[in-house]
Amino acid sequence: MTVQMEFRGVTKISGPLVFVEGVSDVGYNELVEIRTSDGEMRRGKVLEVSKGMAVVEVFEGTTGLSTTDTSIKFLGKPLMLPVSDDMLGRVFNGTGEPIDGGPTPFTEDYRDVNGLPMNPYSRDYPNEFIQTGISAIDGMDTLVRGQKLPLFSGSGLPHNLIATQVARQATIPGEETSFAVIFVAMGIKHDEAAFFKRSFEESGALKNSSLFLNLADDPPVERLVTPRCALTLAEYLAFERDMHVLVILTDMTNYAEALRETSAAREEVPSRKGYPGYMYSDFASIYERAGRIKGKKGSITQMPVLTMPNDDITHPIPDLTGYITEGQIVIDRDLHRRGVYPPINILPSLSRLMKDGIGKGKTREDHGPVASQLYSAYARSQELRQLSAIIGEEGLTEKDRAYLRFGDAFEQRFLSQKFDENRSLETTLSLAWEMLSLLPESELTRISDKFVKQYYKPK
Amino acid sequence: MGIKGKIRKISGPVVVAEDVSGLEMHELVMVGKDELIGEVVRVEGNSATIQVYEDTVGLKPGEKVLGSGMPLAVELGPGLLMGIFDGIQRPLEVIQQLTGDFIKRGIKTPALPREKQWHFVPKLKKGDTVLGGEVMGIVQETPIFEHRCLVPPNVRGKVEYVAKEGDYTVEDTVCRVSGEKGKVELKMYHKWPVREPRPYVDRLEPSEPLITGQRIIDTFFPVAKGGAVAIPGGFGTGKTITSHQLAAWSDAEVIVYIGCGERGNEMTEVLLTFPEWKDPKSGRPLMERTVLIANTSNMPVSAREASVYTGITIAEYFRDMGYNVAIMADSTSRWAEALREISGRLEEMPAEEGYPSYLSSRLGEFYERAGRVKTMGGGIGSVTLIGAVSPPGGDFSEPVTVHTKRFVRCFWALDSALASMRHYPAINWLTSYSEYTDYVESWWNRLTTNRWRSQRLKAMEILKREDELKEVIRLVGSEALPESEKLVLETARLLREGFLQQNAYDPIDTYSSPEKQFILLDAILNFHDAASAAISKGVPASKLVAMPQLAELAKLRMSVENERINEIQKFSEALSAEIKKLMEVRS
Repeated sequence: MTVQMEFRGVTKISGPLVFVEGVSDVGYNELVEIRTSDGEMRRGKVLEVSKGMAVVEVFEGTTGLSTTDTSIKFLGKPLMLPVSDDMLGRVFNGTGEPIDGGPTPFTEDYRDVNGLPMNPYSRDYPNEFIQTGISAIDGMDTLVRGQKLPLFSGSGLPHNLIATQVARQATIPGEETSFAVIFVAMGIKHDEAAFFKRSFEESGALKNSSLFLNLADDPPVERLVTPRCALTLAEYLAFERDMHVLVILTDMTNYAEALRETSAAREEVPSRKGYPGYMYSDFASIYERAGRIKGKKGSITQMPVLTMPNDDITHPIPDLTGYITEGQIVIDRDLHRRGVYPPINILPSLSRLMKDGIGKGKTREDHGPVASQLYSAYARSQELRQLSAIIGEEGLTEKDRAYLRFGDAFEQRFLSQKFDENRSLETTLSLAWEMLSLLPESELTRISDKFVKQYYKPK
Repeated sequence: MGIKGKIRKISGPVVVAEDVSGLEMHELVMVGKDELIGEVVRVEGNSATIQVYEDTVGLKPGEKVLGSGMPLAVELGPGLLMGIFDGIQRPLEVIQQLTGDFIKRGIKTPALPREKQWHFVPKLKKGDTVLGGEVMGIVQETPIFEHRCLVPPNVRGKVEYVAKEGDYTVEDTVCRVSGEKGKVELKMYHKWPVREPRPYVDRLEPSEPLITGQRIIDTFFPVAKGGAVAIPGGFGTGKTITSHQLAAWSDAEVIVYIGCGERGNEMTEVLLTFPEWKDPKSGRPLMERTVLIANTSNMPVSAREASVYTGITIAEYFRDMGYNVAIMADSTSRWAEALREISGRLEEMPAEEGYPSYLSSRLGEFYERAGRVKTMGGGIGSVTLIGAVSPPGGDFSEPVTVHTKRFVRCFWALDSALASMRHYPAINWLTSYSEYTDYVESWWNRLTTNRWRSQRLKAMEILKREDELKEVIRLVGSEALPESEKLVLETARLLREGFLQQNAYDPIDTYSSPEKQFILLDAILNFHDAASAAISKGVPASKLVAMPQLAELAKLRMSVENERINEIQKFSEALSAEIKKLMEVRS
């Protein structure tokens, strides 16, 4: 039995941090309740503890706290989230409290929001194809169940549209069950959150979704807890309730900014661009909560969204993310400017688990070679497009001009589709062959003759 | 018994203990009421700083700290192979049985199975004089692996007792030696501190290549058995696939694979695929010669720091049996970052990009544990160390890549431009290098009637020329090039698509025997020679480039198995004859 200790008055307040002296029996990382002078209750956690001294991070921020009239209660346990099936169809704030005016959901279990690392030995390898209905993803960078595949975007690009389209359309062909969607907003704007909520309501997906909202004007420290609360619910639904859960986390850039802010307040030694040295481990503690477990029916698939500062893919946020996630879908400003939706640049995009989710018995036997051929042909067409800008199309060979035609058709017909257009994989692959049929047959070096004979139909 | 003290302060994985005077540097300690495992990293007066290998949530100042009197050590004996361990050598399979699918804290379990019986065949007899490192008996650990149980390096003396051939557990005494230190009971396993390199008699020069079956590596940038290699590359360039391929196909007798701070699903992939893949020589599952160390990115950061030492110590142990061992560390950058994180918590003065100033010396110490040696048992063994590096933003000028380069002699630079064209393995042939080429040349010469060096230089020359020509084309277009240069472009394309590219997921292409590698290279260069002759006789390059056989030549790597390589020879001869015909038509 843990005794709950209450202390009155704090020593120092700095940024989101409160320093308390004279405490005893306080555990590292445990949950703290802070009462302000006018009786308002806030929550926080212990970041560092030494004999008689604790540093507490306040989720809701320290505005209005004073050194004299603040009382602090140590609860002797980490932040726990009550979880149940009841939480689907509901909207929560960043720490998991309902904010949609409905009753408090029935609680089946309390879980530590920090979770525990999944034993690599217990993991089951993700290999089931998810059809998103988007050709650029299904055809070129296939998503599989249990994968973590982020959208790398930039400000002003339609990542939210793409994320909702995926959430709405994602299915496993041949299976009845649809995905439970957990939507996690971190520091996004009110109108963006409203857009998500509305599109979930319109498609009728809301009853099978939970929304966790920490908006741009909510306290940044709370942002550090929001994804952990949401993933705690996801783990419960996936591994106790056999559901397939799709978690959309937007925007991880805001999460990282909050992490930097707290790190600076703690006066830690920064690494690149002022972000803390442990940002990789911290990201991993979120992303690695995706996956499947042997012997369990459910799964957690993650689609984090991040906006690359200044569209720079080498910035620490996309960089560290890319090292942890199983690939990335890169949204491109140039394609967007030219009116291509979804503006997915397939060249820097990648799905590491694609190879195991496609092919015979899963999608179609020719899927892998076709994707590989499209990649190299599109890369070639981009090279030639630059070249023809310098030397003109006349300087190119007939073969090269075929590549240019291929490149344009690929962008205009294969990549481009409507926001509500849900393409089957068959449609995507026959479109792919239409594109490849614009090239001379001898160029299809990555596809075996059998498939070329079957599908290659030049005009 | 060990020193006993109390916790004073907790910050992340770092705990400061007080009243612990006498604790030694790098001593293993138990922290808190759950007895979490930790290691002393700094001693100051009567206080000590400890890095804890498990999550420190809920630890409180005032809880106990117990010293063990021993440094962090690994258990070395039968039962290592086919196992998957965490960063401090706790078996993950046993942890799953104890705590379920998620890893909880404070688990204490021995690394090697205690109940399992092994069939021990003694190699010593009563009255023998033994030195440390000698073989005292053998155990057939897996169908393809003979485990040689060693006398611990620090034991020597006269054998007083040896167990008869029979089944024993690792805890049973199989030998008793009486020496300077009195009587020592030896078991099939012994412990060795991870931060201390195991001793050997002498270092030897590397001479034999580590054949990996990967064409660009074996032919252009070979690594010798006992060498050290770095594979740097940004995300998505294929570090992990390359590491997996090396683990799968290298002709080492033992593979140690360390997943250091990487993805959980990657370890799962190894666990699922290695038992299915067969060793090309013995036909047995690759798993039977493999030890896996998995400390994924969401597992505690300080155990990540320890995992590379755990792995290399196990590798050295197998080396001491006289085997060739290959060890992959994916990724050493995560290890360096763990060092940085702990250093930050210790409030040390940072050097470049927040890394501690001792980053370079730690990297140096680690890579120096690779090598080909004369073992204390009298045999010859080697540890080949392959370290993946994950430079932020793919920038090779960052501290970990720069310092690593100083300690390795072979560098396989992964290139994101190649990766985005899906050219795999995305090893850039212009920026990579190997200093082992001279050491392994005589081995290759025996296989290729002394033509290895000249042929690979010729191929490299063509690839370099292609790179220069690309600059020219950017200005004037390819049509303006002379005929012979157009041929260079075509041969370079064939080299890239038909030789350098290799599909890890194609059942035939995934492993190329050295013989196939050379004959394939030969075929492409033969085409180049025949075509050059034709061009000098006035045959236009466009005619040669349009030959339908070239598409087939580029696909030979996937269509011809290692056992049928004389078909490549036949194909090549037919192609040359075909080109001759073109010349005759012309004249």
